[in-house]
Amino acid sequence: MLKLLASRLLQMIFIMSVISLILFAIFDSDKFKKQIAVNELGGFAVSALSDQDYQAWLQKKGLQVPFYERYLNWASGVARGDFGKSFEKNESVAGLLATRLAKTGLLAFWVFALMIPLSLLFGVIAGMREGSFQDRLTSFISVLTTSLPEIATAIILTVIFALGLRWLPSNAAMVNGWDWRALVLPVLTLVLYDFGYVARMTRASMAEVMGSQYIRTAVLKGLPYRRVIMRHALRNALIAPFTIIVLQLNWLLSGVVVVEVFFQYAGFGKLLLDAALYGDIYVIQAATLVAVFVAVLSQIISDVGYTFLNPRIRFT
Amino acid sequence: MTAADLALQPALPLRLRIRQADSIVALLLLMWIPLTLYVMFGSYLGDTLKNIVLLPAIPATIALYLIAVTSWRESPVAVIGATLVFFWLFVAVSAPYLPLIDPNRPIAPFAEVGAFKKDHWFLLGADFKGRDMLSRNLWGCQRVLVWGVSATLVAYAIGAFFGLIAGYLGGWWDQGISLICNILLSFPVMVLFILILNYLGPSGFNIVIAVTFASAPAIMRIVRGLTLDTKSRDYIFAAQTRGEHPLRIMIFELLPNARGPIIVDACLRLGYTTVAITTLTFLGLGLQPPDPDWGLMIKESTKVAMVWKFSYMLLVPALSVSSLILGFNLLADGLREMSLRD
Repeated sequence: MLKLLASRLLQMIFIMSVISLILFAIFDSDKFKKQIAVNELGGFAVSALSDQDYQAWLQKKGLQVPFYERYLNWASGVARGDFGKSFEKNESVAGLLATRLAKTGLLAFWVFALMIPLSLLFGVIAGMREGSFQDRLTSFISVLTTSLPEIATAIILTVIFALGLRWLPSNAAMVNGWDWRALVLPVLTLVLYDFGYVARMTRASMAEVMGSQYIRTAVLKGLPYRRVIMRHALRNALIAPFTIIVLQLNWLLSGVVVVEVFFQYAGFGKLLLDAALYGDIYVIQAATLVAVFVAVLSQIISDVGYTFLNPRIRFT
Repeated sequence: MTAADLALQPALPLRLRIRQADSIVALLLLMWIPLTLYVMFGSYLGDTLKNIVLLPAIPATIALYLIAVTSWRESPVAVIGATLVFFWLFVAVSAPYLPLIDPNRPIAPFAEVGAFKKDHWFLLGADFKGRDMLSRNLWGCQRVLVWGVSATLVAYAIGAFFGLIAGYLGGWWDQGISLICNILLSFPVMVLFILILNYLGPSGFNIVIAVTFASAPAIMRIVRGLTLDTKSRDYIFAAQTRGEHPLRIMIFELLPNARGPIIVDACLRLGYTTVAITTLTFLGLGLQPPDPDWGLMIKESTKVAMVWKFSYMLLVPALSVSSLILGFNLLADGLREMSLRD
């Protein structure tokens, strides 16, 4: 187990260093340096700039240095916990990323807090009796909600609850301070999209367990149905959903971009998109690495957790 | 061909003859090539050619729909899915011939649903520039469908190719390809999209590249697994003994025998790609104005339509894209159900 963990962690470090190197190489092109200049000084100013002034500007920004040298500087900075400085917002990337991640973390917490019990409940109820009315109803709901892309769910919820009923604000920018009501629609959007998938997986796992021999034995033995479900079926049926739920972290990091942009919630996804559009290389680097770190970590947790929970599988 | 010759033909009903694979492929090409030409290379076609290029695609689409419905009639889910998908396909191929006004012509800004203004009846209202929503919405499906399906096809071609190589040849090939796929799969999809499209610039062709990077690794894994599964069958050994080239074995022996799960996954992936294109266009990284498509309509409306009165500007494209994705998902569900049954 330790060996597996160590090799996976090593692999993660390898992947992250490869990715950061590639990103540095990509964003070293003249086009991107120009893009930063245009975004900071304005298009007119840049076209009026003489070549010498442009070089001086690059020098000032520290973009003149060859990229491998910049990369080494950056990597040694990261080792010391310094992620560089944002070109756009002129503050340290570490601080910026920390505040944004905290906001997205809060969003993610509520998404998982609602999605896990909801999808497990629906999935287990549906899987208990395959082909029953509740099974077909759950399947229908989950196909419907997963077919609505986040952007469509966001629009439908906004139109109903924010524009129609006026219960909730349509915008989560929260310029006038913290407001929990603004968080409801983004969380609901993400929950609705994700819940169907997890519920279907839970249903499949539950249905498989309910068809197995030992459940039949337990029922024939005369155990109360409740007890069969709670004590015998659930324990095995919830192993597969566990790994899937952990892997949803990876999905959430993609889903969060569109939801945060639509609701203008200043979180991690919006930071990444803004930085990418601006060409803010250090922010892109740090944000991508965080995203990859979370994604790979969730894969490792799900793998290791699966072997831990399911004694039938042991990696050697 | 005389009547006597016709009588000599084997007595196969037309319905069955048309259902054979070759004619389906021919019909698919007849539907797809004009549509792709029209959407991707419309500006190079010239006016007369552009006016007629989609004509053969209309009967082909209708014929394909009838074939799909008759051959999948055992699964109502698949039929509903096919109906949704083919509705949008039909709209896509027939949009130039439908009685719609120019989707890019500004007439009456903020005309409401059902309003009659300036000699035009706005069935679904008009957007903030006064362009007819119904027309924009129906025209919008062309770009989403064409780019979505093309991107999925390219991703499948590349993913399946590498999957076959990794699974069939094994060894270093497998190691190398799997490593690259692991690196690509460790990105959250949207992060990968943003990075690639930001690097290449927003356009339809670049979406194809981005989707390929994002989907091909997952496809490669599926195909690799299926290849490992079928590799040890007798007919593969027979082909090897005959001395067939490995490439030939991969494409003509392995791939056709792994098609069942691949088709189901392709339907699901078409849905994902449609979501991706709409979302990317909404984020400003995808297709560019002025031609309509659903993501663009949403993007343009979010700034002005955040009022109950104008919410149709957001709802119409959102519901349209959802119905298309629902169609793909139901199709995948129905096909999976049918493949499990037999």
